Amino acid sequence: MQDTSPLLVIEGAVTIYSAQELKDQLLVAVRDNPELQLDLSQVTELDSAGLQLLYLAKREAARGSHSLRIVAHSDAVREVFDLCNLNAYFGDPTLIPAWEASRQST
Amino acid sequence: MDELRQAYIAESQELLASLDENLLTLEQNPADADALNAVFRAAHTIKGGAGIVECEYIVDFTHVLENALDSARDGRIKVDSGLIQLLLASGDQIARLLEFASDPEARPDAATLARGEELLAGLRAYSPGQAGAGGDLAAHPDAHVESSGGGMVGHDCWHISIRFGENVLREGMDPLSFLRYLAGFGEIAHLASLLDAMPAAEAMDPEACYLGFEIDFRADTSKEKIERVFDFVRDSCLLNILPPYSRVSEYVELIMSLPEDTMRLGEILVHAGAITPTELEQGLRTQSQAETGQAQTAPLGEILVEQQVVQKELVEAAVVKQAQVSDKKAQDAKLIRVHADKLDQLINLVGELVIAGASAALLAQKAKDEGMFEATSTISRLVDEIRDGALRLRMVQIGETFNRFHRVVRDVSRDLGKDIELVITGGEAELDKTVVEKISDPLTHMVRNAIDHGIESAEARIAAGKPARGRVHLNAFHESGNIVIEVSDDGGGLKRDRIKQKAIDKGLLSADAEPTDADLFKLLFEPGFSTADQISNLSGRGVGLDVVKRNIEALRGTASIDSREGVGTTMAIRLPLTLAIIDGFLMGVGKSAYVVPLDMVEECIELKQEETRTNACTNVLNLRGEVLPLIRLREYFALASRSGRRENVVVVKYAGSKAGLVVDELMGEFQTVIKPLGHIFTHLRGISGSTILGSGEVALILDVPSLITLATEFESGRRLAPALTLSNH
Repeated sequence: MQDTSPLLVIEGAVTIYSAQELKDQLLVAVRDNPELQLDLSQVTELDSAGLQLLYLAKREAARGSHSLRIVAHSDAVREVFDLCNLNAYFGDPTLIPAWEASRQST
Repeated sequence: MDELRQAYIAESQELLASLDENLLTLEQNPADADALNAVFRAAHTIKGGAGIVECEYIVDFTHVLENALDSARDGRIKVDSGLIQLLLASGDQIARLLEFASDPEARPDAATLARGEELLAGLRAYSPGQAGAGGDLAAHPDAHVESSGGGMVGHDCWHISIRFGENVLREGMDPLSFLRYLAGFGEIAHLASLLDAMPAAEAMDPEACYLGFEIDFRADTSKEKIERVFDFVRDSCLLNILPPYSRVSEYVELIMSLPEDTMRLGEILVHAGAITPTELEQGLRTQSQAETGQAQTAPLGEILVEQQVVQKELVEAAVVKQAQVSDKKAQDAKLIRVHADKLDQLINLVGELVIAGASAALLAQKAKDEGMFEATSTISRLVDEIRDGALRLRMVQIGETFNRFHRVVRDVSRDLGKDIELVITGGEAELDKTVVEKISDPLTHMVRNAIDHGIESAEARIAAGKPARGRVHLNAFHESGNIVIEVSDDGGGLKRDRIKQKAIDKGLLSADAEPTDADLFKLLFEPGFSTADQISNLSGRGVGLDVVKRNIEALRGTASIDSREGVGTTMAIRLPLTLAIIDGFLMGVGKSAYVVPLDMVEECIELKQEETRTNACTNVLNLRGEVLPLIRLREYFALASRSGRRENVVVVKYAGSKAGLVVDELMGEFQTVIKPLGHIFTHLRGISGSTILGSGEVALILDVPSLITLATEFESGRRLAPALTLSNH
């Protein structure tokens, strides 16, 4: 089932220079696909702006009860996720509702 | 034993050594916070590792130890000599428990456990009952700050809280690079990314920055230095830095001042281990009561307590992991653990290479091919370097072994009620690792001996006009291819007359003999020889020094004693630096070849015919006015060949004595790979091993110390050991 869900491959540098463009693409893809897979294995560079976009996409997906799974990480992506301690946020979908819940409880 | 356990045990033993060392520092200076922290870290890491290898008996024990240390760090309990004694004993207990750790099935026996319980009871008596304090808290929330020791937090990290300004990215800066920079000069113990400031998708500007971080940062640094990291973004960001061990109330204030939801931040701090859920709850309640005058945070408290239940293990695992990483990182940068077998194999190969190189050089010499000769000499130079490098791999500084004696001196002098300081010099002298391991026991004997017999009681010292505090001095230095290790004390010295009388009583000495000091004191190394008036539980039973001698001799070393009555005693052991390869000096007698270690060769002189004639029966030589005993190797080894036309004398020196070896031919320097002699030759005196020459022939390596002893014995008219009827043809 998961194999059949659409796959979005992002390549090259995911940085502030391409952020505007990428934001629209990502949001459209997340909204149109209830189950989307994201392949980041070809990402050569990820900066804060890029990280924010990925975070936003994940958040939007959760908000619309869609699923967004990152199926492959490049080293650059993994390094940033490790550095920011965001693996749990992106990687393990079971954690998302809890975080969302804690947000809503305020 | 699986690798993980093995690594854990090795690491824990190192940590225990550092624990001991730091406790002794602490004993000297109870206010030394660094030492206390180091002790805590060591205990903490041992506990963490024990959890991983599932030694719950070690976890249980170290847990209480850690609590006590934590209280000591917070100033809740006072570091006094009683506590340090208890902590040292706890270290020993961990060492005992570690002995069971190698086998996953093994459990400590009842006696060990009982000992542990005893220590734990002692430690608990020191720690203020924490459960009790918690109960008080609930009853009197107002008393909170005092009752938990000023609200100090047992957390050694800086807490950095930063929210970047919106324009940071547009200004060309990347918050991630600040994190990377930070990670470069300390350890990020815990980090939480906060993107709560990011608005809904439509309003989100991809070029604006919404990032914030809560960072727990472990580094030996100052607030200014951390602030400087963020200098470029200082104006536009919200930066708060709390130093390590900040009060709970400061954390609470920080939480309140930040834009995010209080509970969210609270969670992060609890996650990071900065504060405990209870502390947070109490702090928030006090805060909100002060602000609104009513307690409304009950649900928050419940959630946090629940959180604790859920997260505790996770947090603990993370902390353990990081503590291990940080402790090891510093060492790992410089050290690689290599299995000793691999080094041995390498050195064996280098040994073979040396032999093969020598044979190639010999062939080149015979062929008189200049190009080839040049090539082989380059090769042999490189082989030299490889040999030295390979041997150096096994060399370790003796200082580490010496440092262990701080504990021995402390414990033994305490047992005996003496005040003794240990002075260490020459700790940087290096010697072979296998040798280091084997001298630890003999050294311990010698140090104990010095403390027990050497140093007098304080009253006797004062009466003799010496400082009341005794001194034991450990020293090491290199001397002609050997390492000399000295244990000296400034005690009463050996009583010459008593030793002589005892030697005569025991039949070791004839009644009319007039031995030199060195010869007399050597008798102390004989089995069953003890002159102690009282037998203590440490030494004086007549076992000890003879064991020392045996151990040292097994390493091809010697032991000697020098002493002056009233001034002190120095025991010295001399050991070869390495057991595998030496620079040798090759000599020929008839068709046989012999090697002596080059370091021991003083000079070579020609033996003139007339001198031989005049000295034929005395076997001594007048060497510039000095009497030099001679050993004629041809006679000693009973070689059949006739003496050559010209004879040479090789003057060898060992431990201050000299002797001359009479040989036919001097063949020069030779790299010698020592091949041990077979078991049946162990009783041969005068030969320590064999080696293979480039031509494939065997040469014997002479045991210079024993030859010198023989020569001196003969000269002083005692006896010449029965000449060996061994020929190596």
